Amino acid sequence: MALLAGGALLAPILGRTDRAALTVGTASAVAASLVGAVASLAALRGGTSLVWRARVALPLGEWRVGIDPLSAFFALCICVVSGLAAVYGAGYLHAYFGKRRIAPAVVCFNLLLAAMLGVVLARDAVLFLLAWEAMSLSSFFLVTFDNDRDDVRRAGTTYLIASHVGVILLIALFALLARAAGTFDFAAMKPIAIAAAGLSNVAFLLALGGFGTKAGFWPVHIWLPDAHPAAPSHVSAVMSGVMIKMGIYGLLRVLPFLGPPRAWWGGVFILVGTVSGVVGVLHALAQHDLKRMLAYCSVENVGVIALGMGLGLLGQRYGNPALATLGYAGALLHTLNHGLFKGLLFQGAGSVLHGSGTRHLESLGGLYRRMPATATAFLVGSVAISGLPPLNGFVSEWLIYLGAFRAGATLPATGAVMALVTLPALALIGGLAGACFVKVFGVVFLGEARSDHARHAHEVGLAMRAPMFAAAVACLAIGLWPAGALALVAPAAVNLSGAALPADLGPLFNISLLATVLVALIAALALLRARLLKSRPLTQAATWGCGYPHATARMQYTSTSFADPVLAPFSSALRIRNAGGLPDGIFPAEAHYEKHVGDMAGERVLLPAWRRFLRTAHRLKVIQHGRMQLYLVYILATLVALVLWQLSGAMRR
Amino acid sequence: MTAILIHLCLLLGLPPLLVGIITRTKSWFAGRKGPPLRQPYLDLWKLLHKGAVYSRTTTWIFRAGPIVALATTLAAGLLTPLGAAAAPLGFSGDVILFAYLLGLGRFFTMAAALDTGSSFEGMGASREAAFSALAEPALFLVLAIVCVPAGTASFAEAWASPWQTWGPAHPALPAAAVALFAVLLAENSRIPVDDPTTHLELTMIHEVMVLDHGGPDLAFALYASALKLFLFASLLVHMVFPVPPAGGALGTGVFVAGVVAVAVLVGIVESVTARIRLLRVPQFLVGASVIAALGLAVLLYRGTP
Repeated sequence: MALLAGGALLAPILGRTDRAALTVGTASAVAASLVGAVASLAALRGGTSLVWRARVALPLGEWRVGIDPLSAFFALCICVVSGLAAVYGAGYLHAYFGKRRIAPAVVCFNLLLAAMLGVVLARDAVLFLLAWEAMSLSSFFLVTFDNDRDDVRRAGTTYLIASHVGVILLIALFALLARAAGTFDFAAMKPIAIAAAGLSNVAFLLALGGFGTKAGFWPVHIWLPDAHPAAPSHVSAVMSGVMIKMGIYGLLRVLPFLGPPRAWWGGVFILVGTVSGVVGVLHALAQHDLKRMLAYCSVENVGVIALGMGLGLLGQRYGNPALATLGYAGALLHTLNHGLFKGLLFQGAGSVLHGSGTRHLESLGGLYRRMPATATAFLVGSVAISGLPPLNGFVSEWLIYLGAFRAGATLPATGAVMALVTLPALALIGGLAGACFVKVFGVVFLGEARSDHARHAHEVGLAMRAPMFAAAVACLAIGLWPAGALALVAPAAVNLSGAALPADLGPLFNISLLATVLVALIAALALLRARLLKSRPLTQAATWGCGYPHATARMQYTSTSFADPVLAPFSSALRIRNAGGLPDGIFPAEAHYEKHVGDMAGERVLLPAWRRFLRTAHRLKVIQHGRMQLYLVYILATLVALVLWQLSGAMRR
Repeated sequence: MTAILIHLCLLLGLPPLLVGIITRTKSWFAGRKGPPLRQPYLDLWKLLHKGAVYSRTTTWIFRAGPIVALATTLAAGLLTPLGAAAAPLGFSGDVILFAYLLGLGRFFTMAAALDTGSSFEGMGASREAAFSALAEPALFLVLAIVCVPAGTASFAEAWASPWQTWGPAHPALPAAAVALFAVLLAENSRIPVDDPTTHLELTMIHEVMVLDHGGPDLAFALYASALKLFLFASLLVHMVFPVPPAGGALGTGVFVAGVVAVAVLVGIVESVTARIRLLRVPQFLVGASVIAALGLAVLLYRGTP
């Protein structure tokens, strides 16, 4: 049965990539996603691992493709999120007809899907890297879809550089692994080999750097907030929802090859998770651009996933399989959850852009009455991403919290301290995320319209509304029935931790129960209120202006002012730039004020490092003169040196 | 069954009394007689029987705000033991759900405030968001101090023995109590963080968010905030007082006495301290986190050389 499943997965990948027209492309993407989702569900249920081999005429041997619970789970995430995004894209790209060529975007979108499936199904390093590269390149072309805009082109370049720096590290990593194992086959990459070579720490750092760049860990996330908003919204949804998770998949796939985890690996993950989470959500709060804010929020959620993985590693290190399972299960479930609600939110942002023509937060407002469907879906996504019950974000964070409490109680002091950092970190991230999303929802959809853009917004079409609602329903379903969601992640988590699920996950049922009680309480109170108000006078009036009668929409609290007190305690960790100032004088002229928050990681860490690298590289100019003869001499000298080296080797033998 | 009934009676009946006690304590300090203890009940009753005025700007979010706030606080109240060992719906991991249910209520209260389009209410929501985000880590560190020595993540199990916090967790108890009290003051908008009785919209946090609500909506919002105060007070009581877990009259009696004592303490703090400047509030909350973190560190490293 699992063999059938794998075959069904592969067939649509090969068959559909070269379609051009939007409808055909969308239809094939949706069909592939449906088949893929069903197939990966079947594989998850079957729980077995399968491998196929294919001989190819390439120097590095045969390609191996396979499916196991980890692959199947990630394939499921890809299929669900991308299928919804493909439907949405069909509606979204309609606006571009006649303005731009759509076919390349559709082809790249389907290629991206195929490449991501290739990444999770690859069972040897060569095919893995090929699929990885295909994924990076197809998404690069999608990022630069609006290629007549300057900022989009710059975002594309940053993205290309970042993904290739990541790939260099990955090539080094797999070279190390393959050297220790003697083959590129994943099945042969046994943990003993690399541990015996004494290289597990090096390999760990390479994996963290290489995969972390794709995942968007701090400080190598800087490509992410530029690239994701630049792409069309359905592509942003796929990139943020699943593509960056390929970094997580890579880490989960490769870490078992590296031998028994060290304690500091777990510590590094928790540290990276905490910093990514807090810094990500702070920057998200500071953004004025709806999609850029969502991109920073992805950095935050990847941080949450890293916290779960850190707990998993600590559990393995200290021989505490129940903790390891909780950590990995939380991390995996958050991967799926983030795919769902981030996809939903990016699509919501796309609808706002489509309906109002702007994604600048300070020009929006009052969209609820103009776009009720989008607003309702966006509200569900906002509550879910803030990790609040009764939606799905809460369930995965709950698993990670539970792991941290268990770690505190059972690990020795050093491990316990590392694990317990998770508690306040996750609490702070959760609180700030709530602040961030109540701000965005409030500023965009509630209150009064702040500009004509918002005043004349219109609701989007059915093709764009339906995927958002489907994702919202999925969020609610996982929140109300977490036991079902756990069944999806359990096979993979159990595979990673090597232990069965802890028996005491019965409380998941209690979460369902309490979520139901909560919904019932809300319904009961709403009924009570309706009864109380039935025979009472209800009046409509203006909002109470605290005695000031001439309030206008422009006087509402803005996004910047809402975020200001939240950011103030963290100002030393942010690069806040103010421009303009207060009006002054008796007859003040028009005043102007701007506030921007730059990225500390980019401006303080990576740019200086890059400049230093360039300075060092300049020294190499001594040997570069651009004269053909000189280069010929270099070549000759190299050849002579190589021949001498070989000869001396042969003579010694 | 009786235990659950007692739990529900305490949960539904006591909260407004705490507000009355705080007001009376403050009046006593100011040399006044003060309103009767039943005044909060009368206020709620009056509000429930009034009509309401709605702003033309608002949507259903505005109307849902108080409902969700009250429903989440009630649901959270089903997770905490109130004098007895068991909570009606408690389970392993309920401490996390407790904190996040309150978070959901806060989310909708803030959204309802933003729904009015009033900059005063936006200001209140923004401050609430800032301060509650900083109070959250302190709360979780306190929960860790309570739960980690007991090897659980459930209120009922952590307090299964009356002297639990005096036994395995005792080195951290003072730190946890101080930090939790600070969180209580901040989360329930009491002095020195917020002043619920001020008459100037610019200086309020929680009260300004419900400025536009009236009638039953306002009653729900006020009742929800009294309930929240009661829940935090019950956490503090269970942590500091040796409440007999067997339930029964003694447990309930000790518990009620403890809750009343917390209310008096809040009243005293409100009478003898001034409000701190808004810019200082983050320091107050980070201070609470640091104290709790120190307590936790003491707890973890106590046994190790």
